[in-house]
Amino acid sequence: MSLELKFEETIAHDQRIEPRDWVPDAYRSTMVRMIAQHAHSEIIGMQPEGNWITRAPSLRRKAILLAKVQDEAGHGLYLYSAAETLGADRGELTEKLIAGKQKYSSIFNYPTLTFADVGVIGWLVDGAAICNQVPLCRSSYGPYARAMIRICKEESFHQRQGYELLMTMMRGTPEQREMVQEAVNRWWWPSLMMFGPPDADSSHTAQSMAWKVKRHTNDELRQRFVDMTVPQAEALGVTLPDPELKWNAARGHHDFGEIDWAEFKQVVSGNGPCNAQRVAHRKAAHDDGAWVREAAAAHARKIDERQRSAA
Amino acid sequence: MSSDWPLYEVFVRGKRGLNHVHVGSLHAADDEMALHHARDLYTRRNEGVSIWVVKAADITASSPDEKDPFFAPSGDKVYRHPTFYDIPDNVPHM
Repeated sequence: MSLELKFEETIAHDQRIEPRDWVPDAYRSTMVRMIAQHAHSEIIGMQPEGNWITRAPSLRRKAILLAKVQDEAGHGLYLYSAAETLGADRGELTEKLIAGKQKYSSIFNYPTLTFADVGVIGWLVDGAAICNQVPLCRSSYGPYARAMIRICKEESFHQRQGYELLMTMMRGTPEQREMVQEAVNRWWWPSLMMFGPPDADSSHTAQSMAWKVKRHTNDELRQRFVDMTVPQAEALGVTLPDPELKWNAARGHHDFGEIDWAEFKQVVSGNGPCNAQRVAHRKAAHDDGAWVREAAAAHARKIDERQRSAA
Repeated sequence: MSSDWPLYEVFVRGKRGLNHVHVGSLHAADDEMALHHARDLYTRRNEGVSIWVVKAADITASSPDEKDPFFAPSGDKVYRHPTFYDIPDNVPHM
C-alpha cells in the first residue's frame, strides 16, 4: 500500500496519526501552523491577565490569578511539545512569533483596563476557547489531541473562576456592577471573533475538516458559543451588547448581529490596540532570559565534564 | 536558545499500582532540572506520585515504516490466545 493511501485510510478509520508516521507535507505544515498558533496564543495570553497579578484585590484572587497564568504557560508548553513531534524546533517557533511570521489569537491584542476584565476573560474568552478546543480533543493528530484533553480539563477552572469573580462583583456596589457591564461590552465582540472568519471566507476550513484536524466550522462553533452564553449572561445580570441578539424558535438558535470583520482584519494584521506591546514584551522576556538559559547550559556541561573526569 | 537544552520525554505514574505513562516532553539543561520542570508542567494538580525523565535522544524506537514486518511474528500465532481453544460449556471456571 502506498504511504499516501495508508495515511488516508488511517484518517478514514478515525484512527490517530502519530509522530514519525508518514504524512503529506501539507498536513505537516497545517498541523505545525495550527499548533504553533495555538501555543503562541497561550504564551501571549499570559500578558493581559498577568497585568493584574500585582494588583489583585485580595490574596485569594491573587493566588487564583497566579495559578491561572501559570496554567497558560503550561498549555503553551504542552503545545510546543506537540509541535516538536512534527519536527518543528521550539526555538525557531519563538523566533517566528517574535518576528511576526506566525500568528496568535487576535483576542490578546485587546487591553485589560479594569479588574473586571480578569473575570470577563475567564468567562467569555476562556468560554470561547473551550468551545473551540473540546472538539480538538478528537483531532486526527494524536499528540495535539492528547494535549487538548489535558488543556480542556484545566480550562474549566479558568472559566468558573472568572464567572465566580463576576458574580462577586455583581453582588457589590453599583460601581462594581457597572464595571462588569463595561468589561462585557468591550469583550463580547472580540470573543465572537475568536472563532475566526465566517466559513465562506475561511481559507483553511475545508481541508482541515477533510483531514479531521478540525471537527466543526467556525460559524458552527460561534453559534454554539452564543447559545451557551446567553443564559449565563442572564443569570449574571448583564446585557450582551448586541441589539439584534434574540432567540429564533424556527432555527432553534439565537440570531445575532453582524460582526465587524474590518476590525478583525485590522487586529489580525497587526494593528490592534496592543499588538506591538504584546510582541515587544515577549521579545524582551526572551532576550532577558538568554543569560539564564546559557548559564544553566554551561553549568550542566561543567557537571558533566567533572563526572566524566572522575570516572 | 532553549533548543540548546536537550529534549526530555516525561513519564508519570498517576497513582500507586499504575504504570508510568508517557505524558509529553520538555527542554531542560540537565536531568535534575528536567525532573523539576516535569513536576511543574505535568503534575500541577496531583496527577502523579512518581516521574521518570529520559533524554529523547536516548530512546530507541521501532520505526513506523517497518511496523508491519516488525510485528509480523505475532500475527499468525492465534494459539497464543485463550479463545483459540474450544472448551465445552459445562466445564466450570475456565
